[in-house]
Amino acid sequence: MNALLSLVAVIVLILIAFIGIKVASLHFLFGVVIPYAAIATFLIGVIYRVVKWGRTPVPFRIPTTCGQQKSLPWIKQSKLDNPSSTSGVIGRMLLEVFLFRSLFSNTKFELKEGPKIAYGSTKWLWLGGLAFHWSFFVVLVRHVRLFTEPVPSFLHSIEVLDGFLQVGALGVLISGVVLLLAVTYLFLRRVFIPEVRYISLAADYFPLFLIMSVALSGILMRYFLRVDLVSIKELTMGLASFSVAVSLEKISVIFYIHLFLVSALFAYIPFSKIMHMGGVFLSPTRNLANNSRMERHINPWNYPVKVHTYEEYEDDFREIMKDAGIPVEKE
Amino acid sequence: MYDGGKIIVGLIIFVGLVTFPILYNMGKPAAMPELKLNTPEIQQLQEKHCVESKEYMRANHMQLLNDWRDWAVRDGKRVYVNSEGKHFTISLQDTCMHCHSNKKEFCDRCHTYANVKPYCWSCHLAPKEKET
Repeated sequence: MNALLSLVAVIVLILIAFIGIKVASLHFLFGVVIPYAAIATFLIGVIYRVVKWGRTPVPFRIPTTCGQQKSLPWIKQSKLDNPSSTSGVIGRMLLEVFLFRSLFSNTKFELKEGPKIAYGSTKWLWLGGLAFHWSFFVVLVRHVRLFTEPVPSFLHSIEVLDGFLQVGALGVLISGVVLLLAVTYLFLRRVFIPEVRYISLAADYFPLFLIMSVALSGILMRYFLRVDLVSIKELTMGLASFSVAVSLEKISVIFYIHLFLVSALFAYIPFSKIMHMGGVFLSPTRNLANNSRMERHINPWNYPVKVHTYEEYEDDFREIMKDAGIPVEKE
Repeated sequence: MYDGGKIIVGLIIFVGLVTFPILYNMGKPAAMPELKLNTPEIQQLQEKHCVESKEYMRANHMQLLNDWRDWAVRDGKRVYVNSEGKHFTISLQDTCMHCHSNKKEFCDRCHTYANVKPYCWSCHLAPKEKET
């Protein structure tokens, strides 16, 4: 049901773009206004969310750890899993961001005949996630060629590597294919594993379908339907320099569908789980050193407590105490 | 804000990356490159028309070239019949480059603009041109 709802939502998005261009001829709206609005929503939304997270106090060190914490000198510390210094935290964060280390330790629980419990390591989510994120990143970086003139030379090197299979005159780019396969795997995983299906919400399926449709429309545009790339670059360059001067009617509808889906994706990011791209850096369980035994961390919302010590009390009443024969500490 | 310094630095990097195209192109909108179609060979033509329509060629020339390669090299088919029923010899050097003898001002302009480097010329001989 959740999956179906998300699929319908994405199909509606595609139809909006299709009808908007084919029937209503709203080229300027879909080619200029919506992309700008989407990027503005994306930027402001992400900053708002991150600042809001930043204002939330983190009372104590709450790192989730998988290894031995720093202890006595003869006990070996697991420095990356349970860091006690900033450099250790940076190492853990880098490995998390670039290699998804915490997914690598994913285990699968099985109840076997007997009854016996078995835990096995499963690397499929890690592998699928890695393939998905990295190919998406390469695809994103490749698109920078549409927004720069002259195009930085490293972009061409990426494209050569990406297309080194040299299939066809145009050259099939591996990243696009891997992206589509990986996002399909991540979707099928949610459908076919009962435990994962049980916890999957519409907010999990929708981004998957959205990214799937973005990848599909891009692949269709590049290999099958063909678009006038030079006109598109003139539009994207115009967008990047705030001076759109291209005749938008020249560009075919598949481009507008792709652009609208991408706009929808960008605008959706601040409101969705995709915020994990900022959130990973702000996860208290990942970005805090486990040094609770070395440093005193004071709860930030502790208000100052007014105290009146015995010394002050004695200062106030020393003479009276002496007169009454009560022993005092300071004469 | 807690750890405000680090978070703000992170946000500045984020905004810098997202707005990279705007910063990179500051105030210089790059217009579509102009193609030169006035080679001597084209000027001699009575009907100035490519093998297919201009719009079709703009979007699909790479597919057409790919098909031509397969037909000529793999199937030995050397005649192309276009959508209007006209016949052309399938040859990059003798048909395409015969008219478009100005690779630098025709092929390369858009390819550079779109950051495309087709590998046509790793097998074919690029036409000799005067340095411009």
